[in-house]
Amino acid sequence: MRKSIIGALAASSTLLLPMIAAAQTEVQFWHAFTGRLGELVKEQVADFNASQSDYVVVENHKGNYSETLNAGIAAFRAQEQPHILMVFEVGTATMMAAGGAIKPVHEVMDESGAAFDPNAYIGSVKGYYTTTDGEMLSLPFNSSTPVLWVNRDAMQAAGVDPDTDLSTWQNVGAVLDQLKAGGEECPLVTAWQSWIHLENFSAYHDVPFATKDNGFAGLDTELALNGPAQVAHLTAMGDWAEDGKFIYTGRRNEGGANFRAGECALFTESSAGYAGIKSEAKFDFDVRPLPYWEGVGNGPQNTIIGGASLWVMEGHESEEYKGVGAFLSFLSSTKIQAKWHQNTGYLPITLEAGDATRIAGFYEDNPGTDIAVIQMTAKEPTANSKGLRLGSFDQIRGIIDEELEAIWAGDKTAQEAMDSAKTRGDALLRRFEAANR
Amino acid sequence: MDKRVRFKGWLLPILLIAPQVLISAVFFFYPAGQAIWQSLFIPDPFGLSARFVGLGNFEFLLSDPFYRASFLTTAIFSILVTLCSMVPALFLAAVADRLIKGSGVYRTLLIWPYAVAPAVAGVLWLFMFNTRVGVVSWYLGQLGYDWNHVLNGGEAMGLVVVASAWGRISYNFLFFFAALQAVPRSVIEAAAIDGARFWKRFFTIVLPLLSPTTFFLLVVNVVYAFFETFGVIHTITAGGPQQSTTILVYKVFSDGFVGQDLGSSSAQSVILLIVVGLLTVFQFKFIEKRVHY
Repeated sequence: MRKSIIGALAASSTLLLPMIAAAQTEVQFWHAFTGRLGELVKEQVADFNASQSDYVVVENHKGNYSETLNAGIAAFRAQEQPHILMVFEVGTATMMAAGGAIKPVHEVMDESGAAFDPNAYIGSVKGYYTTTDGEMLSLPFNSSTPVLWVNRDAMQAAGVDPDTDLSTWQNVGAVLDQLKAGGEECPLVTAWQSWIHLENFSAYHDVPFATKDNGFAGLDTELALNGPAQVAHLTAMGDWAEDGKFIYTGRRNEGGANFRAGECALFTESSAGYAGIKSEAKFDFDVRPLPYWEGVGNGPQNTIIGGASLWVMEGHESEEYKGVGAFLSFLSSTKIQAKWHQNTGYLPITLEAGDATRIAGFYEDNPGTDIAVIQMTAKEPTANSKGLRLGSFDQIRGIIDEELEAIWAGDKTAQEAMDSAKTRGDALLRRFEAANR
Repeated sequence: MDKRVRFKGWLLPILLIAPQVLISAVFFFYPAGQAIWQSLFIPDPFGLSARFVGLGNFEFLLSDPFYRASFLTTAIFSILVTLCSMVPALFLAAVADRLIKGSGVYRTLLIWPYAVAPAVAGVLWLFMFNTRVGVVSWYLGQLGYDWNHVLNGGEAMGLVVVASAWGRISYNFLFFFAALQAVPRSVIEAAAIDGARFWKRFFTIVLPLLSPTTFFLLVVNVVYAFFETFGVIHTITAGGPQQSTTILVYKVFSDGFVGQDLGSSSAQSVILLIVVGLLTVFQFKFIEKRVHY
């Protein structure tokens, strides 16, 4: 008797919910953005909701990238998953391997009948999130790529011509000597060391970061970051660290504070650092392409992206997936994309949005903002520069960070550190393979 | 004469211990059992499948030299945190005990740091020692010492130890202070009449009489250093530089909740459970013998 009462209550409460929201189908969207970016996401969602009356997207901030992914996973285990989950690029392999938990974006778009042309997206952006057969699994949302930021005033103060060619590391090395000799205390600083100085370094010089096309061709991939090109670069960086020409500030983007305060001359950081540098820097700065080593590998190839994409989760009604399709299609539209690109410094995800930005004269008014786009699109990506697809990659990055710190501290040579990173990282890749066989 | 109370039936005693047993079962036995069960599998993060590996997770962990090194890191960290939180607390309590006027104010002020959450304490200390804008690192720089806990493992360890011990001093102070008040004045006065000075009296009379409190605080502080310092480490160093501040409990978090490797994370929890169990047995068996109640 009691059971049937509870059952009746439960049934009536679930019956009531759809009746309240009968007019509009609700789509849950979990993301990791706060501050200015959070406001911009809210704006996009509000614009979509205002643009039509069939669906209503509800956005929710779930913490930083790792926390958002965790929230999504925990929700899936409790069968409370959102329709759309933002996952950073590092979590891509985890999501891809979870076949029963995700619904590929190309499938969602096909079923929903929303406008969707896979060829409209920029190759090196979507490449990270498509299968080797070219099927798009998640929708690229915010993508950036590393560039070199230059404090022109600091160069001048140290007696270096701020217009010096900084396109190769050879040239940068010479400039670092001059900066040091000119009394500059922080000639070079970096953010996201593994992403810029190993992952992007490898793609940019067209050398493998991992075997099996950087993991795209199979779970039985192994790290290849201890190759001669990477070791040579890290050896040079290690020497610069020892001489006080490269200053290490931390594993994330701590160096950004130093650069924006005008304390450092050169800074390797994401193109999305633009908004912060523009609003805080009280000095003359400019943006240059990421340097490459002349004569090493096939540089300069293209760089790869960092950022996040939107994954659609399994287990919802087909009517709701139609709403998801409509929202994703809206996000990809030229107007929304161009605005996002110009406001944030993130790359546009479609070619058309890039063109619209150029035509509007944005790049002329804000010199250097197109460097990241050019760097990404100048060449057709190769197997080494399409992106990375490695399981447990967040942990592997942690291992790489530790080993890099050993180089900067002078405890290990670059070769020793990278050999150790490979051994430790491979052990995690084998575990990931075992868990997802 | 047997002083123990004897119940006539069995219903009342069971009812009396039931709440405690229930709480232990729900909040300890069930999760611990889950951890042991999960440590035998390599599951995928979404819970779609799990592969039975027996003791494979333990084998994987114990063959990893970096995991083994984290035991030593944990030992050093726990000993330092325990010492740094108990010795100053005892000193402050001994001094406060001598105060006749104003000890209330003094006491209240000393308790404040305990109200600061570990993660917040971590941020405060990090700010003071920040290599760029930190007040302390600036003064050290003036003295010619180049503070850089971002790259120097020893300095990083020192910083997390101080930040972890700081709030704990208040807690320990409270217990020591209460215990000191309970030391019979007559004994101390007798020693004073015999000509024993303050520190002589302190070491030969007061300290031995404090031993039950000291022992209790030792156990509690070691457990604190093992489990509750997570927030401090997360905000200050995240386990770095290299692995110099990666203690066992921090690795459980980072492997489980950042790396999504629930099998390894569960196995680490089980190992941690065993370590703390052994440590507590050791403390009660060997150290408690020297405690006079």
